[in-house]
Amino acid sequence: MSVAARIAPQAGPALLQMRDIRKIYGAGAAEVRALDGVDLDIHAGEFVAVMGPSGSGKSTCMNLLGCLDVPTSGAYRFQGVDVGALDRNQLALLRRHFMGFVFQSYNLLARTSAVANVELPLIYEGVRHAERRRRALEALTSVGLADRAGAMPNELSGGQQQRVAIARALVTEPPLLLADEPTGNLDTVTAGEIMQQLVAIRQSRDITIVMVTHEPDIATWAERVVYFVDGRIARDGPPAEVLS
Amino acid sequence: MRAFDALAMAFQAIAGNKLRSFLTTLGIIIGVGSVIAMVHLGQAASRSVTAEIAAMGSNLLFVIPGTGQRGPGAVRMPGAPFDMNDVRAIEQDVPGVEVAPSAMHASTVVYGNVNQNMSVEGTTNAYFTVRNHPVAIGREFEPGELNTGAAVCIVGRTVLREFGIEDPLGSSLRIGRTSCLIIGVLAEKGFSMGQDRDRLILMPIRAVQRRLAGNLDVRSMYVSALVDGTTARVRRDIETLMRERRRIRPGMEDDFYVRDTQDIAQALEQTGATLTLLLGGIAAVSLMVGGIGIMNIMLVSVTERTREIGIRLAIGARTSDVLMQFLVEAVVLATLGGLIGLVLGLGGTWLVTDRFGMAFAISPGVMLLGFSFSVVVGIVFGLFPARKAARLNPIDALRHE
Repeated sequence: MSVAARIAPQAGPALLQMRDIRKIYGAGAAEVRALDGVDLDIHAGEFVAVMGPSGSGKSTCMNLLGCLDVPTSGAYRFQGVDVGALDRNQLALLRRHFMGFVFQSYNLLARTSAVANVELPLIYEGVRHAERRRRALEALTSVGLADRAGAMPNELSGGQQQRVAIARALVTEPPLLLADEPTGNLDTVTAGEIMQQLVAIRQSRDITIVMVTHEPDIATWAERVVYFVDGRIARDGPPAEVLS
Repeated sequence: MRAFDALAMAFQAIAGNKLRSFLTTLGIIIGVGSVIAMVHLGQAASRSVTAEIAAMGSNLLFVIPGTGQRGPGAVRMPGAPFDMNDVRAIEQDVPGVEVAPSAMHASTVVYGNVNQNMSVEGTTNAYFTVRNHPVAIGREFEPGELNTGAAVCIVGRTVLREFGIEDPLGSSLRIGRTSCLIIGVLAEKGFSMGQDRDRLILMPIRAVQRRLAGNLDVRSMYVSALVDGTTARVRRDIETLMRERRRIRPGMEDDFYVRDTQDIAQALEQTGATLTLLLGGIAAVSLMVGGIGIMNIMLVSVTERTREIGIRLAIGARTSDVLMQFLVEAVVLATLGGLIGLVLGLGGTWLVTDRFGMAFAISPGVMLLGFSFSVVVGIVFGLFPARKAARLNPIDALRHE
């Protein structure tokens, strides 16, 4: 874990800290200010829903939080580490060891069994095969899919695929789970099941969850809602306040 | 990422799309296969030439009147023929040799109703040892026959076939105006350098001189050095002796020349080596084209799997991990192609050598070269697509449809 030690967290007030973050695409007349001065603090153990209409900057914010992208200006600190100072490989290591991702379209590898999909992050960590398999099965069990470990993605329902994706995100036991419209492709009943799953995960382990959604019903599962309009945070507070 | 996991990943990707993987490696298969086959065939051919020359009688020297051919553009000047005194002089003055004279004469040969124009060669019993071509049926010439130039002959198998002679011993051929008794049949030699070595009629040299040519000329001499490794010395001795006998003053050029089988072997080997190099070069070019094929498909594959690359980057794959994944895939593809090509190339070589009666031998050096070349092709042509994959932006890759 020497790599992890290099970017080891320092004691700080917030797990995630954004200060005056701007993300600008294009130039001149075609310039788009996706984020236009965002200040955001998320503390360890929070369950935050990021909301807003299309083009409000919620997805851009998510990509920056997940270190998939870097801001045009402003400071982003993850566990006290200035992410802006990290290079491409250090960002990859940060994602590998500290973040789990869940996407709207599941993003499982095709023609790869559920358990092999869950093992994937561990391959990059260099975990040996037997240990990898054990931890992947454990993660699948925690999302209630132990009996479907050998199934290919196209043999699984949408809800099952998303639970495999959640297992994959959790297998490295990261302190942060980022979910981008995790229920966007699911029916209401299945979406409810997935949300119950996320809540259960939050209660059973030491993890922070940040979830992008455009559905108020889904956002109410969170404890805090951050509402974006035109690249800025318009409202921030408990769901009942923000969504009223 | 562990090396074993990278390999497993590559095999999974290759097995996941078998037809395309096969088509991708086809170029390498053909390239390596043809390199292996061409070089092996070239080697087999030059080995069989060497074997043929050895069969001709090693330590064999040809002594021929005239200036011989010295480089391009040189004119070959005729020289005075030898005679039997020259033959005897070499036998006496050059130690450790056996000499067979030769007087060729083209004649009409008739047997029954078959009529052929053939060269008849006059010689002595030394011929059978010097040319390494013994009598299989019947007998050699008797001293009396040699001295008087009796009308007897010893023939090769092809002559029997061409004239349809079933019971050769005691039969007679009409050569020119002479009826000639067959007293022996030569052992079968087969083809050597495009010549049927069994299509010949031997007579005592006096018979050819007296009955056919009407002179006492010896057209050439075959000299065999009896001790291995003495051909160079024998050659020098013959040259000195013949210059003396033919009264060539110091500084004047020889009007005869001595050629040994090594000269001939060298010339042939050089031709063979050039040909092997040429064919190998063409095959190497096709291996190159195979490499470009791999690059092509890997580039398409990277585009197709952009989303997969995005997922891998999101869950923590570094640039080097993705680079490795695609590079290993290309190398594994090329290596598999190399292995298949190796087997096919050897199979092809075996078929051809078997068909043409050449000796089949595996050359580990060539196999190693062809195989490692395919690995190198995999690395070289896999690098560009792998870099393209590794440099993708994770967000763009994830959004890719």
